Amino acid sequence: MAVTPSSLSAPVRPLKPKASADDHVMRLFILMIGLYLVIALALPLYAMFSKSVFDSEGAFVGLSNYLEYFRTPALVYSIQNSLFIGVITTVITVSVAFVLAYGFTRSRMPGKPIFKTITMIPILMPSLLPGIALIYLFGRQGVVKWMLFGHDVYGPIGIIISEVFFTLPHALIIIVTALSIADARLYEAATALRAGPVRIFFTVTLPGVRYGLISAAFVVFTLAVTDFGAPKVIGGSFNVLATDIYKQVIGQQNFQMGAVVSVVLLIPAALAFFVDRLVQKKQVALLSARAVALEPKPNKRFDMIMMVYAIIVSIFILGILGMCQFAALFKFFPYNLSFSLKNYQFDLMDGGGWDSYFNSIEMATYAAVFGTIIVFYGAYLVEKGKGLGVIRGAFQFLAMLPMAVPGLVLGLAYIFFFNAPSNPLNVLYHTMTILVISTIVHFYTVAHLTASTALKQMDAQFESVAASLKQPFYRTFLRVTVPVCTPAILDISIYLFVNAMTTVSAVVFLYSPHTTLASVAVLNMDDAGDIAPAAAMGMMIFYTAAGVKILHYLLSRGIEARTQAWRISSAN
Amino acid sequence: MKKSFYRGGSLVAGALLAMGLVGATQAATELTVYTAVEAEDLKKYAARFNEDHPDIKINWVRDSTGIVTAKLLAEKENPRADVIWGLAATSLLLMKGEGMLEAYAPKGLNALDPKFRDKSNPPTWTGMDAWVAAICVNTVEAEKNKLPMPTSWKDLTKPVYKGHVAMPNPNSSGTGFLDVSSWLQLFGEEGGWAYMDALHQNIGHYTHSGSKPCKQAASGEVAIGVSFAFRGAKSKASGAPLEVIIPSEGIGWDMEATAIVKGTKNMAAAKTLVDWSITEKANKMYNEGYAVIGIQRLAKPVEHFPDNIPQAMIDNDFEWAANNRKRILAEWQKRYDSKSEPKS
Repeated sequence: MAVTPSSLSAPVRPLKPKASADDHVMRLFILMIGLYLVIALALPLYAMFSKSVFDSEGAFVGLSNYLEYFRTPALVYSIQNSLFIGVITTVITVSVAFVLAYGFTRSRMPGKPIFKTITMIPILMPSLLPGIALIYLFGRQGVVKWMLFGHDVYGPIGIIISEVFFTLPHALIIIVTALSIADARLYEAATALRAGPVRIFFTVTLPGVRYGLISAAFVVFTLAVTDFGAPKVIGGSFNVLATDIYKQVIGQQNFQMGAVVSVVLLIPAALAFFVDRLVQKKQVALLSARAVALEPKPNKRFDMIMMVYAIIVSIFILGILGMCQFAALFKFFPYNLSFSLKNYQFDLMDGGGWDSYFNSIEMATYAAVFGTIIVFYGAYLVEKGKGLGVIRGAFQFLAMLPMAVPGLVLGLAYIFFFNAPSNPLNVLYHTMTILVISTIVHFYTVAHLTASTALKQMDAQFESVAASLKQPFYRTFLRVTVPVCTPAILDISIYLFVNAMTTVSAVVFLYSPHTTLASVAVLNMDDAGDIAPAAAMGMMIFYTAAGVKILHYLLSRGIEARTQAWRISSAN
Repeated sequence: MKKSFYRGGSLVAGALLAMGLVGATQAATELTVYTAVEAEDLKKYAARFNEDHPDIKINWVRDSTGIVTAKLLAEKENPRADVIWGLAATSLLLMKGEGMLEAYAPKGLNALDPKFRDKSNPPTWTGMDAWVAAICVNTVEAEKNKLPMPTSWKDLTKPVYKGHVAMPNPNSSGTGFLDVSSWLQLFGEEGGWAYMDALHQNIGHYTHSGSKPCKQAASGEVAIGVSFAFRGAKSKASGAPLEVIIPSEGIGWDMEATAIVKGTKNMAAAKTLVDWSITEKANKMYNEGYAVIGIQRLAKPVEHFPDNIPQAMIDNDFEWAANNRKRILAEWQKRYDSKSEPKS
């Protein structure tokens, strides 16, 4: 997910005064949070790289693990398969999302808020869930199996449908943002020059959103290639890189080979990340302070077509959601379709039972609370701190890095780093703490960008004025910065909570018998063939995430009314 | 003023401290028990044990046989398990070879069928029950697809079953491994691999867990699942249109067995658990799901279980299976695990 920098005003640098006591305290804190990122991110990744060049006895073997990898045909096929899934998913998702985003921004179709809400639903589910729904919809006993014309849903077809479902909201957010910053003056000019709608589309609209499209394409590609839930559930014997890591590590406890596959998987993810950052910078340059917002004109036929299209996409999303809920309630699909709650007896299944669900809520809450504090304070220190330029630069880099690291890779890196007998931190292994730490790091980047964006919108004068009034920085921070940034702080905590509830990839390597999680339980129940209970647990995650999201909506409306009134007055 | 500074500043420090304390609570005697027993039985096993020994709490770590085995081997230098209760005897033999098991003669050892114990004295492991291979056939799906009812392993290689068979991957599933090792013993090394080559042509997909093929057959997701009798009987009992077939050539089987992990810090509690695991009470409990148990004279017939199981069980050479496990699995993976070209 990308966050568009909305700092329209250039940051005003204060004069460089001598370092005060305040500055020293702030430097201490930035070093502390920086240390957290080093321990929870940089060192584990280093441990993983080094593991890939040692054998199981711990002897240095150079690149021979890599050679063995590329000599194993089954493993190399997976690279092809992953690329195939990535490319097809990207093409489909970006096309679907573009038309939808076009409807949202350039038409006056009725029911926009409803459709916008529906299309965000996939964010609230673990990526395993669409796969499970597809088994019920298109599997051998699938209720709408005929729609596949005899093709088998297990394999690339199932994976691609799941990935499109799972990546759609991410692409949509980026493309809608790109389309909304269009400058109406360009369209007026084009119309005045008598360009037809088709010509305008190709000469004004498309070039205007090209960076948004590129960015969306890379985000979708990365998500599809690194996702592990969908191929695990519906992939059949179609292996991809992400499932290979899991098979090597969990199935065969072959950690060296797991590390090798991880490094291979890191390449496309890292590449996509750098292209995305590059493109994001160019996107900003497109904005002009004098741009006039484009207001779509009513056009009955076009609005209707767009609405029908939005309805079709919504049916796809709601169909998958609804199928999961029904599947969870059937007594014995497909032979006994009476309703029962027996699939909610999680204690009789693999995966850790109801404890897993409550563990997940506990974990998500810790991640949201501590994550928000760490991320926001860290972003504040980077944005508002003085001095230590090199360290702040390094901090910024570490904060952006998690975006390029797939969750599975992070989780595996944690095993290597935190389970080493020589590491004093290995007391953390198999605890709730390590799950919280890894989750915060896994989702650090987007949270950090949200915080930075909000902080950049604040005038730097606040700090200067506070300093000249001899107010310590923490007072400004707590009295001004935090209240002003409350919406962003809430966004960050909800983002962390929802992702902590739904994520499987990093934590699948890190949970212990005491700290089983709901999302992992979905995986393990599906693994044992109990897919109805897996659907039931998946829906519990969805309802929890959705409930929190609704709460957030109500809460933020109240808070915005109280703390954000200044925005309206300053805009006038 | 100073005070409020410390409050603000210690927010982060306090947070980090609190995170360190999460999840660090431990009670007095807790045993970490690794197992591959079916998840739905774990609560029952622990509860029955706690009826007699309420002071010992069991923390289960459950996964498929292959995974529990791999995990135990990987943790060899730094074992995290105290006891293994309910893992394939072939896996335990492997661990015995690595010197990972504590030799111990539990109370009441003599009552046990001699087959159901390690041959060393004192033994490193004792058996609980036998779990036997079986074929689960969904009768509704078989009829729909006009599939004749298979009666033997060889039947499954007939072209009519193409794509309709699921079986567990022996690398992760103990059931998968006992199938493969029994075929190699029944048909000989060459004949066994030739059989699997032919079977591979009919396999729709390989699963990770040994119960999944039967659960999928139960829900009609596949017509035929190579699995084990216990699972088939359970699914049948819950209303699935299932037939549990014992193939005529004979069936592979393995024991679920118990052992103490060398180096456990809770030796007394571990011994108590292993003692209990071979009591008559425990054997009767195993008999609720399994037809063949360690003290066979106690055994009563189990509902939905085919009754010809004891006769069909092959004369399984566990030592051979354990000694050749690594080689067999590597060969299997080379031959069949690369079924992963993009489908056209």
